[in-house]
Amino acid sequence: MLRVTELHAHYGRAHILQGVSLHVRPGEIHVLLGRNGAGKSTTMKAVMGLVPPTSGGVEFLGQPIAGLEPFEVARRGLGYVPEERRVFAELSVAENLEVGRRRPREGLAPWTVERVCAVFPSLAAMLKRPGGRMSGGEQQMLTIGRTLMGNPCLVLLDEPSEGLAPVIVDRMAEAVRALRDEGMSILLSEQNWHFARRVGDTASIIEKGAIVWHGTMQALLADDEVRARYLTV
Amino acid sequence: MLGNLAVQALSGLASAASLFLVAAGLTVIFGVTRIVNFAHGSFYMLGAYLGWTLATNLPRGHVPFWGGVVLAAVIVGLVGVVVELLLLRRIYKAPELFQLLATFGVVLVVQDAALWIWGPQDLLGPRAPGLRGAVYIFDSRFPLYDLVLIGIGIAVFLLLWLLFQRTRFGILVRAATADREMVGALGVNQRLLFTGVFFLGSALAGLAGALQVPRESVNLQMDLAIIAEAFVVVVVGGLGSLPGAALAALLLGQMQAFGILVFPQITLVLVFLVMAAVLVVRPYGLLGRAPAGHAASLHIVEPPIAPLSPRGRLVAAVALGLAMLAPLVLADYALVVMTEICVAILFAATLHFIMGPGGMASFGHAAYFGIGAYGAALLVKHLAAPMELSLLAAPFAAGIAGLAFGWFCVRLSGVYAAMLTMAFAQIAWSTAFQWVAFTGGDNGILGVWPPAWAVPKPVQAWGALVLCLGGAFLLRRMIFAPFGAALRAQRDSVLRAEAIGIDTMRTRWFAFAIAAAFAGLAGGLFAFTKGSVFPTYMNISRSTDGLLMVLLGGVQTVTGPIIGAIAYTGLHEQLLRLTDLWRAVLGAIIIALVLFFPRGLAGLGAKQ
Ligand SMILES: Nc1ncnc2c1ncn2[C@@H]1O[C@H](COP(=O)(O)OP(=O)(O)OP(=O)(O)O)[C@@H](O)[C@H]1O
Ligand SMILES: [Mg+2]
Repeated sequence: MLRVTELHAHYGRAHILQGVSLHVRPGEIHVLLGRNGAGKSTTMKAVMGLVPPTSGGVEFLGQPIAGLEPFEVARRGLGYVPEERRVFAELSVAENLEVGRRRPREGLAPWTVERVCAVFPSLAAMLKRPGGRMSGGEQQMLTIGRTLMGNPCLVLLDEPSEGLAPVIVDRMAEAVRALRDEGMSILLSEQNWHFARRVGDTASIIEKGAIVWHGTMQALLADDEVRARYLTV
Repeated sequence: MLGNLAVQALSGLASAASLFLVAAGLTVIFGVTRIVNFAHGSFYMLGAYLGWTLATNLPRGHVPFWGGVVLAAVIVGLVGVVVELLLLRRIYKAPELFQLLATFGVVLVVQDAALWIWGPQDLLGPRAPGLRGAVYIFDSRFPLYDLVLIGIGIAVFLLLWLLFQRTRFGILVRAATADREMVGALGVNQRLLFTGVFFLGSALAGLAGALQVPRESVNLQMDLAIIAEAFVVVVVGGLGSLPGAALAALLLGQMQAFGILVFPQITLVLVFLVMAAVLVVRPYGLLGRAPAGHAASLHIVEPPIAPLSPRGRLVAAVALGLAMLAPLVLADYALVVMTEICVAILFAATLHFIMGPGGMASFGHAAYFGIGAYGAALLVKHLAAPMELSLLAAPFAAGIAGLAFGWFCVRLSGVYAAMLTMAFAQIAWSTAFQWVAFTGGDNGILGVWPPAWAVPKPVQAWGALVLCLGGAFLLRRMIFAPFGAALRAQRDSVLRAEAIGIDTMRTRWFAFAIAAAFAGLAGGLFAFTKGSVFPTYMNISRSTDGLLMVLLGGVQTVTGPIIGAIAYTGLHEQLLRLTDLWRAVLGAIIIALVLFFPRGLAGLGAKQ
C-alpha cells in the first residue's frame, strides 16, 4: 500500500534520512521504532512532502508520490497526524474537524463528526471548546479525528502516546486498534515499546536515518538481542 | 461643547471605519500568506481613482453611485488577484524582505500607472446622492455621508465576522493564519486559498478607496499615506487578527480625532508612539499571537562574510585612487552625482551593518539619515553654527536617536521589528512635517550652505569621498573586530552567543546606534551638499532606497553596499533623465530582480 524505497532527506546541509525503506500493507499497523532523533518524524514528513526528499521513491496505492506537494499527497488518501499535534488553538473542536473534512472516498465509509466522536467519545462533549483549551490527550484525539475527517486510506501517526498519562495511552491503543479493525492502514512511529508491542502487526527499526531491522511484531518480541541493541535507552 | 465632543467622536468613528476596511484586508492577507503587502495602499488608491471615474461617468442616482463603488472594489480585487498570480505566488518562499521589496515595486508601478491614466492633478468627485447634508447633534454639524460610512464599516465588520465564523472558507483562513503548513497537510490547496484571500483583501482596500471619493480629493499620495496608518493598525491589533484590526482602528480613529483638539502639532507622532508602546508591552499586538509552525525571521541564508582577497584589495585601492583623482577632471554635474553616490554608499553601509552582520532588519533607516540632516540644518538655522560643528553634531543627534529607538527595536524580531523601525521613522518624519515652527514643515529648511572654502564641487566631492568612504571603512573594520564577531555570533545563534558570554541584546543595541550615527553623518553631509533639508529625507521611500541598495548588492557581502549604492544611484539618475515613467521602470526592475536574482548583484558575481 505504501512503499518507501531508499529515501534520503536533508535539513539544510544535515543529511538526516540516509536511505529509508519501508513497506506498509493494507489493513496493518506498521510500527516505526527508534530512539530520540533517529529520524522517525522526518521519515513521515518526507513521505508527506513536508520535507522534500532529496532522492529515493515513495509509492502509494501503486502511484509514485515523491515530489508532490503535501496537499496533493493528502488528497490521494494519506493522512498525517503530526507529533506536535498542531491543533488550531483558536478554532473550536468542531472547526478543527471541519478543516480536515474532505469529500468521501469511493469504497470507504465516510468519516463524519459523529463517527469521530464514536471513536473518541470525550470529544463529543467539547465540540464548541477552542482547541487551545484542551488537555494533551484530548488534543491528541482531536488531531487524529481531524485527519480521519479527510477519509484517508492510510494514516501516518507520529508518536501518539507521547506525553500522555498511562490511562490515556491505554485508551489511545484501543482506539488505534479499533481503527485498524475497521480496515485502516497505519504507519505509527513510537519510542514507547510497551505501546508499540500492543498495537503493532509489523515493525521497522530506524537508527541514524536508516532502517536497521524489519519484520513481524512476533519476531521482534522474540528477538531480545535486537531490542536490547536498538530500543533500550 | 457636548455637541462638539460628540461630533469629534463621530468623526473619529468615520475615519476608524475606513481605516478598518483597509487594515482588515491587509491583516487577512498577512495572516494567511505572511506577506507584508506594501501595495495594499496602492489598491486603496486605485479604488479611489476607479470610484472617481465611475462616479463621474455613470448617470446620477443611488443605484449607479453605489453600484460604481462596488464595481470599483471588485475591479481592485481582480487587480489584486493578478498581482498574486503573476508575482507573489512565485515568491512565497523568498525571505520576507524580498517580498516586501517586490510589493514596493508594485507600489511604484501603480503610482506611475495612475499618473499616466488620471494625470497629476487632485481629482474631486461628486458627493453621494442624497447624502450631501448634515445632521445636527446638539448644535454641531456632522456630515450625513460620514454617518453612512460608519454604518458601512460596522456592516462590513459583521459580514466579515460571519464569513470567518460561519463559512468553510473563513474557517480555513483562520486555520491557515495559525498554521498554514498543517492546513496544507490536511489536503487544502493553499494556492486557491491565497488567491481567494488576495481577492477579498484587495477588494476591501478598493472599497475603502472608492468610499473616500465623496469625502476628499483623490491624489497620488494616497497610497503611502494610508499604508503607513494601515500598518500601524494591523501591527497594533496583532498581525492576522481581524478583531484586532477593528479594535486598533477604533483606538486610532479616536486618538486622531481628539488628538487634534489637544495636541494639534503631533497627532501623527502620537499614532506611532502608541504603536511603539503597544509593541513593547505586547510584542504581537493587542490581540495577536506568535505564529506557529514557522519562525518569523528576516534572516537571509547566505555564505558568511569574508574579508577581501589580496586581489580584491588591489582592485579596491585602484578604484579609490581613481575616485580621488576624478574631481580634478570631472564636470560639476558629474561631481554632484559622485558626491551623492558617496553619501549613498555610507548610508547603505550603515544599513548593511545592522542587516548583514547584525541580522536585524530596518524599514525605517532613513530616520537616522534625516535626523542627522535636520540636526545639522537646525544648528545652522537657529544657532548659526558653522558647518564643521554642525557636521559633527549630525552623527551625535542620529546616534542618540539610534540609542533611543534602537532600545525598543532590538527587542523584537522579524516583521514586528521591521514595522517598529518603520514606526519610529514615521515619528521622525511626522515631527519634521508637522512641527512647522521649528522644522519648517513641508517647506523644509533652506540655506544650509557650506562656508566659502567648501563651496567648489571638487572640494565637496573630496570631502564626501573622505568622510563617507572613511565611515564605510570604519564600519567594515568593525565587522572583523571583536565587536563584529560578537554581532555575527548573536545573528547566527542567540543561544550559543549567550552561552559564551555575549550580551546579545546589548550588542544589537550598540550596533543599531553605531549604524544610526554613521547614517546621521551621511545625512549631515547630504544637507550641506544640497543646501536644504526636507521631511522627504526620512520618508518611507528613502528607507526603501537604502534597502534596495543593500539587497541589490547582496546582504552578506562586505562590498555589497558599495556596489549596490553605486548601481542604484546610477540607475536612478539614468532613469530620471530617460523617462517620465521612471518609477514604473524602477518598480519593474525591482520586481524582476526579486524574481530572478534573489541573491543580489554582488552575490551574482561571487557565485561559481
Ligand atoms: N527542523 C529541523 N532542522 C534541522 N534538524 C532537524 C530538524 N528537525 C529534526 N532535525 C534533526 O533530524 C534528526 C531526526 O529528527 P526526527 O525528528 O526525525 O527524529 P525522531 O526519530 O522523530 O525523534 P523523536 O523521537 O525525538 O521525535 C535529529 O537529529 C534532529 O535533530
Ligand atoms: Mg519525532
